Amino acid sequence: MKIPYYPGCTLKTKAKNFERSSIAVAEMLGVELVELPKWNCCGVVHSLTSDDLIHHLAPIRNLVRVQEMNEEKLVEDEFRLVTLCSMCYNTLKRSNLRFIENYEEREKINSIMEREEDYKGNVKVVHFLEILRDIGYDKISDKIKKPLDKLKIAVYYGCNLLRPKEVGIDDPENPDILETLFESLGAEVTLFPYKKMCCGSYQTVLDKESVADLTYNILSNAKEHHAEIVVTSCPLCAFNLDNRQEIVRSKHSEFKAIPVVYFSQLMALAFGLNIEICGFDSNYISALPLLKKKGYLKNK
Amino acid sequence: MSKMIDLSKEADEFLKKIEELSGEKITSCIQCGICSGSCPMINEMDLTPAQIMLMTLLGQKEELLKSKSIWICASCYTCTVRCPRELDLSKVAEALRQVKLRLSIDRIDINKMDKADLEELPPIALVSAFRKFTG
Repeated sequence: MKIPYYPGCTLKTKAKNFERSSIAVAEMLGVELVELPKWNCCGVVHSLTSDDLIHHLAPIRNLVRVQEMNEEKLVEDEFRLVTLCSMCYNTLKRSNLRFIENYEEREKINSIMEREEDYKGNVKVVHFLEILRDIGYDKISDKIKKPLDKLKIAVYYGCNLLRPKEVGIDDPENPDILETLFESLGAEVTLFPYKKMCCGSYQTVLDKESVADLTYNILSNAKEHHAEIVVTSCPLCAFNLDNRQEIVRSKHSEFKAIPVVYFSQLMALAFGLNIEICGFDSNYISALPLLKKKGYLKNK
Repeated sequence: MSKMIDLSKEADEFLKKIEELSGEKITSCIQCGICSGSCPMINEMDLTPAQIMLMTLLGQKEELLKSKSIWICASCYTCTVRCPRELDLSKVAEALRQVKLRLSIDRIDINKMDKADLEELPPIALVSAFRKFTG
C-alpha cells in the first residue's frame, strides 16, 4: 500500500529520527510512505481569524500535490495524506475541513493559486497513528521481536492530535489510541493524568522558563505514576519535554531526567529493527542507559 | 427592576470587531469559568480567559490590548472542547492579538533573538512563534 506522505520542516531537521523510524516501521507493516515530490511548509499553526485566507494557501497547496501524485500515478487512487508531526497534521486537516465545507472560500483560494491546479476538496488528511489503527493492533503484535514488556511507558498526546474535536484522532478528553498501541507492543502503559495537557508549544521561543515549569509538572506527573520513559508524536512537545529538562534540572535539584522519545522509535525497537534506525542517539535525554539496563541493547 | 449597562459607541464597535475577526458570539458567554479552570497557562496570565471574555463583551479595549494573557494563550483548545456554549476562546485571543499585530506592533523582535536559541529550536517552534507574534 502506497500512501502520500507530508514530512514538514522539522522531520527533515531536528526530528530525523522520527521520520526514519516511522518509515521503517511502516515498511514492516506493508505501507510505503511516499513523500510528496514537492512540498512547502504548512505554516505550523492554523490561522484563527475569519478574514485571514492567505495563510491557508500553504496547507492547501500541499493538498493539491496529492491530486498531482494520483494523476502522475505515483500512488494508485490514494487520496489520504499521512503526516507524522502533530502540528502539521492539525494545520493541514483544519484548513482542509474549512475549504471542503466552504465552497466559496475554496474558489477564492483556487483563484489565488496561479501555478497549481484547483484544489477539488478530495484529500483526507490522516495521522500515521490512524494508519496503524486501521492496519490493526493484532497485525502489529505479529511483528514484535522484542516485546516492550520490561518498560513502563507514559503516553503523551499534547494538544494537536486531539483538539479541537473536529480534527482529533480520538476522544479529546479520554483518548486511548496510544495506550492501545503500546499495550499491543507488550508494554506496561502507566496512568498519566497530564497526558493531554499543553506543553506550552511555541511559547518556548519567548518564555522558556514558563515552558520548563510546564515540563516539570507534566514529567513529574508521569514519574509519580512510575513511568520510566515518555512517548509522543509531536516534535515541539518532544523538544519542550526533552530539551527543556535542562532548565528543569537547574531549578529542581531533586528532578531526575526521564527520556522522551517518539512512539515510532520504540515501535522500531519492538520490531527488532537496527538500532541506528531507532535513532535513540538524537534525543536530548538519552534513552540508551534505560534500554541497556532493561536488556534491550547489546553491550558494545 | 432590571439594570442596563450602556456601552459607549467605541466599546460596542470594539466588541463587534472582535466578534467579526474571531467569528465567535462573545455575548453568549455565561461566565461559568470552565475556561479559566481548564487553562494550563493560567499561572502566567494577568487576566483569566473568563475575564478576557467579559472585558471583550464590555469593549475594554485598552486593558485587553496591554494584557499579557492574549500572548500567553498558545491555542491548546482545552477550553474550546469544554466550553458549554461551544465558544472558541483561542479565536478570541487570536483576534485580540491581530488587532495589535495589524498595527505593526510585534511581540517579538527576530533581530534580537539569541543565536544559540535560534540554532537549538526546532523549525516548528520558530515558524509558529513568528506566525503568532509578528504581523
